[in-house]
Amino acid sequence: MAVTAEPTGGSGAATPDAGKAARPGTPRESMGREGGVLNVFSHGVLFIWGLMVTLPLLWAVMSAFKTDKEIFTSPWALPHGLHFDAWSRAWSQAHMSEYFLNSVIVVAGSLTGTMLLGSMAAYVLARFEFPGNRFIYFLFVGGMSFPVILALVPLFFVMKNMQLLDTYHGLILVYIAYSLPFTIFFLSGFFRTLPTSVAEAALIDGASHTRTFFQVMLPMAKPGLISVGIFNFLGQWNQYLLPTVLNVGDEDKKLLPQGLVALAVSQGYKGDWSGLFAGLVMAMLPVLAAYVVFQRQVQAGLTAGALK
Amino acid sequence: MQHGKYRFIAGFLILPLALYGVFVISPFVQAIYYSFTDWTGLSSDFRMTGLKNYQRLWNDDVFWKAVWHNVLLLLVLPVVTLGLGLFFAFMLNVGGRRRKNAAVAGVRGSGLYKVVYFFPQVLSIAIVALLFQFAYNPNSGALNSFLSAVGLDSVRPEWLGDPRLALWCVTAVMVWSNVGFYVVLFSAGMSAIPRDFYEAALLDGANRLQTFFRVTLPLLWDTVQTGWVYMGIMALDSFAVVQIMTVGPGGPDYSTEVLSFYLYTKAFRDGQAGYATSLGVALLIVTMIFAGVVLKLGRRERLEY
Repeated sequence: MAVTAEPTGGSGAATPDAGKAARPGTPRESMGREGGVLNVFSHGVLFIWGLMVTLPLLWAVMSAFKTDKEIFTSPWALPHGLHFDAWSRAWSQAHMSEYFLNSVIVVAGSLTGTMLLGSMAAYVLARFEFPGNRFIYFLFVGGMSFPVILALVPLFFVMKNMQLLDTYHGLILVYIAYSLPFTIFFLSGFFRTLPTSVAEAALIDGASHTRTFFQVMLPMAKPGLISVGIFNFLGQWNQYLLPTVLNVGDEDKKLLPQGLVALAVSQGYKGDWSGLFAGLVMAMLPVLAAYVVFQRQVQAGLTAGALK
Repeated sequence: MQHGKYRFIAGFLILPLALYGVFVISPFVQAIYYSFTDWTGLSSDFRMTGLKNYQRLWNDDVFWKAVWHNVLLLLVLPVVTLGLGLFFAFMLNVGGRRRKNAAVAGVRGSGLYKVVYFFPQVLSIAIVALLFQFAYNPNSGALNSFLSAVGLDSVRPEWLGDPRLALWCVTAVMVWSNVGFYVVLFSAGMSAIPRDFYEAALLDGANRLQTFFRVTLPLLWDTVQTGWVYMGIMALDSFAVVQIMTVGPGGPDYSTEVLSFYLYTKAFRDGQAGYATSLGVALLIVTMIFAGVVLKLGRRERLEY
């Protein structure tokens, strides 16, 4: 490392390019002033982005309480009164209640299945040695990086032949299958970090492998299960591509995200903009509310896969 | 004992493997096979046609348009999203007014900022796309009425209706919905960097810009690279935003056509399932090239701390 001979105002242990940054005064003083200006600047840009995130959402909430005429003539004004009729119209006439119910049924089934099958496979792959272990692991994990849309065309016909199209159980099975790669990747990493001694003790005490898994290992893996559970819940609840292709039957059988898009088309024809915004906000608020309550867990769960 | 072990392993693996094989692996393999056939998807008979689908691909103007848009998204989306994410995360963690005895300080209320920034990430992409479809509406949308309100009545673009702007509108929505994720991700990474490093940089007379480029960024490099791959895969998909939000969809005049949506229309609207799968294979190839490039360019010495 070549140390520069430049006089850099007393900062002796400088890196080669610190000389360029040397300014009058000691480093600490200049940092202090810079800090003040920077602080105002950072608050400024951070606040602006905060506005950019919240304003579209607030605008949608406001519009849901307006009349159709207000939405057109004064989009940014506060609503003149709270009109709840759009909400009841969206909820009962525009199938929103059915969409919610369908999504609840499918996600309840698929989330349970994903967590159960995913943790079982991850446990076996993480803790047992057998021929083909690595092959099966990479087969699962490789699924994370392939474009899902490539598989969709044949998948549609696989489902059709098995008479699984437009059914709850068909969607549940597909959701589980496409959630397995990440679930297994994350949970097998987690199972590997757990101490082996506890499981060994359970086996010596005469517990079967199955019992050891359900009564000893799963409770120990609870933090990991919560993270990946939140990740899968949001992914499956918000899933749009799979139901759009695989669930194209009756209008009232749609799941929430695809139902909203159908609602946008049908209410758009009728000119029922307030009903549409009400539907949108109705779908938005429960997720946002749940997020605000569990924000720490949700943020940790969604970023868990990217932070190793 | 050994016998029991293998029975246990088989019992635990059989169901996940069966589901995965039937619904994920077999469709992928079939897709590659069908790309060499003239299958319509409507009836069960088809012929092998060799490379005919790929020849047609080569001469398909719409296909090249879609590829170009995907490549454009692939270049712009990660740079803008990760750039903003890093910038905001750095501001949150290091941009605060310096307190006594602390080399760096986060801004006040950084927790609140992170909560708000993350909002779009928990919403379905369908909700986000619909929301912006209304916001972009040239007559009554939030954007144009805002422009009128601040006296820019003469500007009022057509947004999604303008072929020159439409793809940028799509990009903006995807940036909007993803920045929060990276702010949170990079913040977590930054708070793991020991404070001594910042103190050392400060004593050496580094300003904030140098601190960022010489301390923060190198130590975060692994996370940035992961984010780059995530964003790239997102850019190569972008199906939902295009299908829900754009005019046509995919228009106006193919200006927002992307590979995933073109594949969808060929398979499920035009009855050309064989051709659609060859589009899918092209998408797979682009994805693999992208992953290879990121891994090659991003390879650096891993810094342990």
